[in-house]
Amino acid sequence: MGITARNWREYPQRYRMEAAKCNKCGKIFFPPRLVCNECGNREFEQVKLAGEGKLKTFTVIRVAPSNFIDEQPYAVGIVELTDGVSTLMQITDCDPDELSIGMRVKIEFRKVQTEGDAGILMYGYKAVPLRE
Amino acid sequence: MDKKVGIIGYGSYIPRNRIKVEEIAKIWGADAPSYKRGLMLREKSVPAPDQDTITLSVEATKNALKRCNIDPKDIGAIYIGSESHPYAVKPSGTIVAEAIGAVPAIHSADFEFACKAGSEGMFVAHGLVKAGLIKYGLGIGADTSQGAPGDALEYSASAGAASFIFADHELLAEIEFTYSYMTDTPDFWRREHQFYPQHAGRFTGEPAYFKHILGAAEGILKQSGTKPEDFKYVVFHQPNGKFPMRVGKMLGFKKEQIETGWLVPTLGNTYSGSSPLGLTAVLDVAEPGDRILMVSYGSGAGSDAFIFSCTDLLPAAQNKAKLTRDYLDKHQRYIDYGTYSKFRKKIIKNN
Ligand SMILES: [Zn+2]
Repeated sequence: MGITARNWREYPQRYRMEAAKCNKCGKIFFPPRLVCNECGNREFEQVKLAGEGKLKTFTVIRVAPSNFIDEQPYAVGIVELTDGVSTLMQITDCDPDELSIGMRVKIEFRKVQTEGDAGILMYGYKAVPLRE
Repeated sequence: MDKKVGIIGYGSYIPRNRIKVEEIAKIWGADAPSYKRGLMLREKSVPAPDQDTITLSVEATKNALKRCNIDPKDIGAIYIGSESHPYAVKPSGTIVAEAIGAVPAIHSADFEFACKAGSEGMFVAHGLVKAGLIKYGLGIGADTSQGAPGDALEYSASAGAASFIFADHELLAEIEFTYSYMTDTPDFWRREHQFYPQHAGRFTGEPAYFKHILGAAEGILKQSGTKPEDFKYVVFHQPNGKFPMRVGKMLGFKKEQIETGWLVPTLGNTYSGSSPLGLTAVLDVAEPGDRILMVSYGSGAGSDAFIFSCTDLLPAAQNKAKLTRDYLDKHQRYIDYGTYSKFRKKIIKNN
C-alpha cells in the first residue's frame, strides 16, 4: 500500500501543483518546504503554479522501466514555468524528435502510472508542447 | 420558482490523435467509401495512452473555470456522465473534484446512461442550483469509448469531454426549459465484465434514436410553445453524421441550424460527450439572444432536451479558453491502426 499512500499524500502537488511561497522573501518552493533556504523564514503562503512554461532541458528515455515500457520512447524534462519555478516532468503527446530547448509547453492533467492491472491509477501533471 | 439558472462557464477537451475510416477499413477488408458515405464520418478522435475519462474531464473543466470567475470551492456538486469511467468502483468525480480544488464540501455521483449520461449530469447539476441547494453545480459528459474490433462502432467510437458550470447569476446562457423522454428499449447494452458493448441491430435507428429524440424534441417544443424557426442552433446526439441531419429534417430544422454543433464527421461519436461537445462548439460562436435546442440520446433508451438562451455576457467569455473547433481542426496527429491498437490496449501482451 506504500505507493498508494504516498501518491495520496502528494495530491496537492501532483494534482493541483500547489507550491509554498515564502511570505518574507517571496521565493516559491515546489514541493513545499518548512524552512526557506533563502532567508530562513518559516511562514509560507500557498500558491498554485502557472499552467505554462518553456522547456529548459530534456532527455529521451528509450529503454523505460517496466511500468512505462508501452510509452517508450518518451521525454522527461525540466520545465521553467512562467512564474519562474522550474520542475521535472514527463513531456507527453508528442514525438520526442519534435522537442527543442526553449519551446513553449502547457501543463495538462494526465495518467502518470498504473499500479498493475488491479491497483490504483495515478494521475498528475505533464507537459505538452503548446501548439497554438 | 422563476429563478433564472443556466451556464456560467463551459469548456471542452478533445485529444489530438485521429484515425481515419480508411485506416480501420483496411484492416477488416471493409469498403471505406461506403462506410464514409453510410456514416457521414471521415475520422475519429483517439485518446493518448495517458488520457481517460478523468483526465479529459479535468481539462474540460479547467477550460470551464477559465470562462467564469468563481472559486472552485463553491462548487456544490459534480456529476460526471460516462460509459468509460476508469474505475469500476471509485467515482471519477472524486478525482476530478480533487484535481480542480473543489473538495471537500461537494456532492458527487458518476452517472451512466449510455450516450446520455453527460446530459443527465447537466440536468441534475442545474436542478440543484435551481432548487437553491448549491451555489454552483458541475455537469460533465466525457468518454473514451471503444467499439469491438471490426464492429461498425469501431469506426465511430471516439473520445472527448464537455464541462458545464451552472449558476443562478452571471449567466452566459440561461436554461429556459428542460424535457426528458425515456422508455425501456433494448438497442444497446454491455453486461458486467464484458469489455465491449452489444447492440441489437433491429432496434438501432427508428425505435431507438429517432423515437426518443423526436419524443423529447416535440415535447419541449410543445412545452415551451416554440417552433424550429425560433432557434438559431440545434444540437442532437451524433452517433454518426447521418442521424442528426435526418432527425433535424424530420422536425423541420434546416441544415444551417445543425451544422455549427455537428462535429461528428471529424470527431466521431464521443458518447456521453457527443451532444454536450456540440453545445460547446455552438456556445463558442453564439450571440446574445440566440436560442439553442439541445437533445441528447442514450441507448436503453432516453433523451434529455434543453432550451438555452444566450446572454450579453457570452461573447466576452468565448475566447477565455480554447475553442472546441480549435481542438477539432488544428494540430491533429494521424495514427495508423497499429498505434491505435496499442493506445487502446487491443494487443495481447505477456506481462
Ligand atoms: Zn524566504
